[in-house]
Amino acid sequence: MAGITSDEYIHHHLTYWTVGNGGFWTLHVDTLLVSVVLGLLFFFSFWVAARKASSGVPGKWQNFVEVMVSFVDSQVKETFHGKNKMVAPMALTIFVWVWLMNFMDMIPVDLFPRIAAWFAMPFGADPEHVYLRVVGTNDLNMTFAMSFSVFALMIFYSFKVKGARGYTREILFHPFNHWGFMPVNLMLRIVEDLAKPISLSLRLFGNMYAGELLFVLIALLLAQFTHGVTGVAFGILGIICGFAWTVFHLLIITIQAFIFMMLSVVYLSMAHESHDAH
Amino acid sequence: MNINVSLIGEAIVFGLFIWLTMKFIWPYVTKAMDERANKIAEGLAAGERGRKDLENAQVKATEILHAARDKGAEVVEVANQQAARVLEEARKESQAERQRQVEAARAEIQQELSRAKDALRAEVANIAVAAAGKIVEREIDPKAHKALLDELAQQIH
Repeated sequence: MAGITSDEYIHHHLTYWTVGNGGFWTLHVDTLLVSVVLGLLFFFSFWVAARKASSGVPGKWQNFVEVMVSFVDSQVKETFHGKNKMVAPMALTIFVWVWLMNFMDMIPVDLFPRIAAWFAMPFGADPEHVYLRVVGTNDLNMTFAMSFSVFALMIFYSFKVKGARGYTREILFHPFNHWGFMPVNLMLRIVEDLAKPISLSLRLFGNMYAGELLFVLIALLLAQFTHGVTGVAFGILGIICGFAWTVFHLLIITIQAFIFMMLSVVYLSMAHESHDAH
Repeated sequence: MNINVSLIGEAIVFGLFIWLTMKFIWPYVTKAMDERANKIAEGLAAGERGRKDLENAQVKATEILHAARDKGAEVVEVANQQAARVLEEARKESQAERQRQVEAARAEIQQELSRAKDALRAEVANIAVAAAGKIVEREIDPKAHKALLDELAQQIH
C-alpha cells in the first residue's frame, strides 16, 4: 500500500470484485465466492458428523454439531409453534453461514486482498486494481438475498397455512376490524411487512460494514509505525484498538448471526399463526 | 447501493444450502440425538430398576439371615437340652452302676466273711476238741461229742 493515500486505501477495501456491465447485470464475484466456499465448508463439515451420527458415544466434532443443532432446535421450538420441517434447518443454515461470513471480518483486512493480488499478478492484472471483499455479509446483495428469501417464505407459508381467503382477510381486517378501514389496514400491512426484510438485512449489513470499516481504519493507524515518534504512538494505539475491537466484534458477529436467525424464525412463526385465533 | 444480479445469485445459493441442510444434516443429527436420549432414558430406568432389585435383595437377605440366626439359636437350644439330658442319664446310669458294684462288693465281702467264719468255726471245733482232750487227758470221741462241739462252734459268730 506504499504510495497510496489513506483515501485510496479505504476505497480499495470497499470496492467489490465485479464482473459485468456495472449496472444491474453485475456480479460480485468475491461475495459469491466467499458465500459458496463458506457454505460448502459449513455443509461438508456438518455433513461429516451427520453421516456418521450414531446414538452411541459422540466424538468431539459430532458433539459440537449436536450442540449447535440442539441450540438452534431449542430456540426454534420456543418461538415457532407451527408444523414445518424447513424452519429449523433454515435457522441452523442462517446461524452458521452468517456467522462464518461475519467471521471473515476477524481475519486481518489486508491478508486476502494481498493474496488475491499475488495470484492475479501472473495473469497480467494490476495489483492495485485487484479487489476482494471477503466479508460476505458486508454486501447488501447478500443480506437482502437472505432477508427477501425469508420474506418470500413468509408470503408462501401465509398462503399455504391460511389460504388465499384467510390471508386476504388478515391483510384487510387487521389491525382495525371494520370494512371502512380496509385501505388503512392494507397500507399498514404493506409497511409492516416491507419493514421486516429491510430492517433484517440492513441491521446485519450495517453492523458488518461498520466493523469492517473500523478494521480498515485501525489498519491505517498501524501503518503509521514508520512515521517517526508520533507514528509509533499511533501504531501502539492501533494495536490496542485492534485488539479491543476484535474482541468486541467477535461478540457482535455472533449476536448478529443469532439475531438474523431468531428474527427469521419469528417472522415465519407469524406467517404460520392465524390472527383470527385471538 | 450496489444492488444487482448478485442478489439473485445469493438467494439461489441460500436456498440451496437450506435444502442441503434440511435434506442431509438436520434429520440425521436429530435422529441420533433422539435415539441417544431414548437410550439414556432406558439406561436410567434400568439403573433405577437395578437399584430397586438390589434393595429388595438386601431386604430378603436380611430376612434370610435373621431366620437363619433364629434357627441356629433354636438348634443350639435343642442341643443344649439334649446334652443336659444325656448328661443326666449318664449320671444316673453311673450312679446305678456304682450302687450295683458296691452291692456286689458288699455281697462278696459277706460271702468271704461267712466262709471265713465257717472255716474258723471248724478250726475252733478242732482246737476245742484238742484242748478238751488235753484237759481230760484222753481221747474224746469226736463222734460222741459231735453235738456238743457243734453247739460250741455254733456260738462263735
